[in-house]
Amino acid sequence: MSEVLLEGRHLTKHYPVTKGPLKRTIGWVRAVDNVSFAIERGKTLSLVGESGAGKTTTAKMLLLLEQLTSGSILFKGKDLHQFTRSQLKKEYRPRVQAVQQNPWSSMNPRMRVKTIIAEPLVVNNKQSKKQTRERVMELLEQVGLRPEHADHYPHEFSGGQRQRIAVARALALRPSVVVLDEPVSALDVSIRAQIMNLLKDLQVKHDLSYLVIAHNLATVRYMSHRVAIMYLGEIVEYGEAEMLFENPLHPYTRALMSASLLTLPEENGKETDQIILSGEMPSPLSPPPGCRFHTRCAEAKAICSSEEPEIRTVGTQQVKCHY
Amino acid sequence: MNKIILQVEDLRTYFFTRKGVVKAVEGVSFHVNEGETFGIVGESGCGKTVTGLSILRLLPEPAGRIVGGKIVLDGTNLLALSKKEMRAFRGRMVSMILQDPMTSLNPVYTIGNQIAESVRLHQNIPDNKVREEVISALRLLKIPAPEMRLRDYPFQMSGGMRQRVVGAIAMSCHPRLLIADEPTTALDATIQAQYIALFKEVQKTTGVAIIFITHDFGVVANMCHRVAVMYSGKIVETAKTREIFEAPKHPYTSALIESVPRLDRKDERLYSIEGQPPSLLNLPPGCRFFPRCDYAMEICGEKEPAEVEIGKDHFVSCWNVS
Amino acid sequence: MEETEVVTGEMDYGNTRRASIFTQLTFIIPAFVLAVLVFIAIFAPAVAPHPPNKMSLTKRLQPPAFVMGGSRAHILGTDKLGRDILSRAIYGARVSISVSLLVILITSSCGTILGITAGYLGGRVDGLIMRITDVSLCFPALLLAMLLAVSIGPSFLTVVLSMSILGWAPYARLIRGETLKLREADFVAQARIIGSSALRIMVRHIFPNIINPLIIMMTLSVGMLILTESTLSYLGFGIPPPTPSWGSMVSDGRSLIDRAWWISFFPGIAIGLVVLSGNFLGDWLRDKLDPRLRQI
Repeated sequence: MSEVLLEGRHLTKHYPVTKGPLKRTIGWVRAVDNVSFAIERGKTLSLVGESGAGKTTTAKMLLLLEQLTSGSILFKGKDLHQFTRSQLKKEYRPRVQAVQQNPWSSMNPRMRVKTIIAEPLVVNNKQSKKQTRERVMELLEQVGLRPEHADHYPHEFSGGQRQRIAVARALALRPSVVVLDEPVSALDVSIRAQIMNLLKDLQVKHDLSYLVIAHNLATVRYMSHRVAIMYLGEIVEYGEAEMLFENPLHPYTRALMSASLLTLPEENGKETDQIILSGEMPSPLSPPPGCRFHTRCAEAKAICSSEEPEIRTVGTQQVKCHY
Repeated sequence: MNKIILQVEDLRTYFFTRKGVVKAVEGVSFHVNEGETFGIVGESGCGKTVTGLSILRLLPEPAGRIVGGKIVLDGTNLLALSKKEMRAFRGRMVSMILQDPMTSLNPVYTIGNQIAESVRLHQNIPDNKVREEVISALRLLKIPAPEMRLRDYPFQMSGGMRQRVVGAIAMSCHPRLLIADEPTTALDATIQAQYIALFKEVQKTTGVAIIFITHDFGVVANMCHRVAVMYSGKIVETAKTREIFEAPKHPYTSALIESVPRLDRKDERLYSIEGQPPSLLNLPPGCRFFPRCDYAMEICGEKEPAEVEIGKDHFVSCWNVS
Repeated sequence: MEETEVVTGEMDYGNTRRASIFTQLTFIIPAFVLAVLVFIAIFAPAVAPHPPNKMSLTKRLQPPAFVMGGSRAHILGTDKLGRDILSRAIYGARVSISVSLLVILITSSCGTILGITAGYLGGRVDGLIMRITDVSLCFPALLLAMLLAVSIGPSFLTVVLSMSILGWAPYARLIRGETLKLREADFVAQARIIGSSALRIMVRHIFPNIINPLIIMMTLSVGMLILTESTLSYLGFGIPPPTPSWGSMVSDGRSLIDRAWWISFFPGIAIGLVVLSGNFLGDWLRDKLDPRLRQI
């Protein structure tokens, strides 16, 4: 077991829903509810789920872009609540950086590539101009771009190249953890492999930890060591990637896998077995009582609609299900 | 059932821009059989959407023009029709679903209204029957309690539901051919699975032929009987779905399949295709995949390969094969 | 999406080229007019044939040169005090330009600073600034200008002041709107992730991206400002005599319009021409810059 770098404990984020001119709170959007996970040094943890599951919100909490309603984040064992503002800026932020999903909007279109990559260094007053320039060149090379690219503007590049620039920028401060929000879903299929390979190489080279947010299970399988499956704000299954994929325990995980598998039509025209879920994900405003998945679960029993299941450990996996 | 419902021959669609001529579709030929789902796979910029739009003759004017070829739908050459005649065909014989359910529906009209509009345009039926048609279209797309939904507005529905409404509009006039342009890209995985299953049923019930344009191989495997792989404005390989996956013959097809991560096994390293697709403004001579091809020979950089039939219903355009 | 005609063979480029020449004209002509305006405003003493305030009781009410009774010495005629219309019009350009420029500068900078601050910081700051903006927008500008002119006396400074005091509000509102849009952009979130301060984000990220709508608004306000200044001068609350201003020239000629139409006519034309040019230029700019905005 490697050292645990970043840990989330019982993270919860509820957004108030207000009504009327006086803004009375009439309800809560339970975007993230009691989510716990650990990211180890040099390893990748993926948060998987469909839209509305709460993965992006969780990532935003780790990046200090959203405040926690409750729960705590531990960085190298120390609770973030105990950090002063200045400590957060100097010791936490530079260590936890991000690559965003959309390579077209994540960069200021008016800034040149070299300025974009150098900005984290400039903001944190790290080095002299000469050192900054050298570092920018070094980063460009690491992500597979050439020095002459530094003087261009982002819109002159393709999607894949822009993501590389985003990765270079994320690495500028030598972070320990990089949060990657759907890093390849906006890219063309043949470019995805390039970027994923790049990310894996960089992980090994710099001993980076990744938190990957994705909805594509195949991508997740390729990139991750540990996986957390999220549904409606909760983690329903959590464990070692390979074990989880070989032996998914939670019904939702199984449905997700079934929907994502490449199934070829049978020779004789018969349909292969697929788990098709009925209905859609309920609104996080009023999640179903008991197990949140029971409304769509093929194996739901009476207890599922009344009692929330506990988290049980089966081998290396943790599952939140009555079965 | 092997009657051909759509035959496209040597379709050429160009865009005339200030920067030059963009040859978006350059000599594309394929056919679709009745009641089958034909997939067109490729990455962005390969020309698949333009192909779909060309069949419907819905290109942005004045830049986009079909400059050559034949598109024969059930015996009629669509390219020879006048604008007025084409309008009659559109919606009735051939219909289209677009990618984004948000913008496909007009936010200020109820969904009942929007489906009815399509019905009224193409079917000469009295007003009191229109409502029935609308309800049956909704029912076909398995929208629960259709009578209650007529007065709903698009914003009251979820993404998956909206996509079904779009499907209902497209199917409301019982077209023989449906062109679906990336209809599932914006949907979640589990909703996508629902949607695909639904479409298979619709196809069984109505016998409509579907052209499914996508970049997602998983969807192709699940949904399509035959597939064409497009690259840079041309079709490089056409075959039955199973053959494309198990025995791809064109280097691009096999490279593409190998670069997609698999869920059913752990890949150690993904194959990645080096480089970028060529700019459609400045096409080099020879095969368009030449600069990125692992099997490139000298002739590949000089002359474009012709299409060759290498197996039953399996066509490839590659010098390595012919 | 339009319906497609099927065409075989060579394509007719004519349509695209014709369209682009037309668009280019809508830029070239107004730009030229405004350039001429600025030029003569700067070089007024060299360009004007006569000193603007030189009176000549013998040459009063002379018609323009191309009408019977006119002379080459006064191409556009003279007013009731014998002053050359052309020269006064040229000097009047100076007044109009300098007032407009100054007001644009003051209002756009104040408005932008307030707009970005309100938009980005939100909360109470936003509330406060917006309430002040709302009040400004409701206040009748002309009335305030007149009140100021009456209380502190009409002068160049008074005019600039009164037009600036309320003129910043539309900028603030526009810029705030643009800022709100940008605030949610991914690259702004990214700037926060690397630890940028709010001030840095506002200056380095938000501001460069609102320049486009800002410039458009500035260009479009040229016409309106010149019109406002002319109106004030026309009403007597603007630049005091004897300094020529197009508005006051129009006003002077009002009573004589049946006998000496040229006194009001030419300055009036000048106003119309400049306002039109400003608007055309602004529209052209908006078309040029808008689609590129969507590259974000």
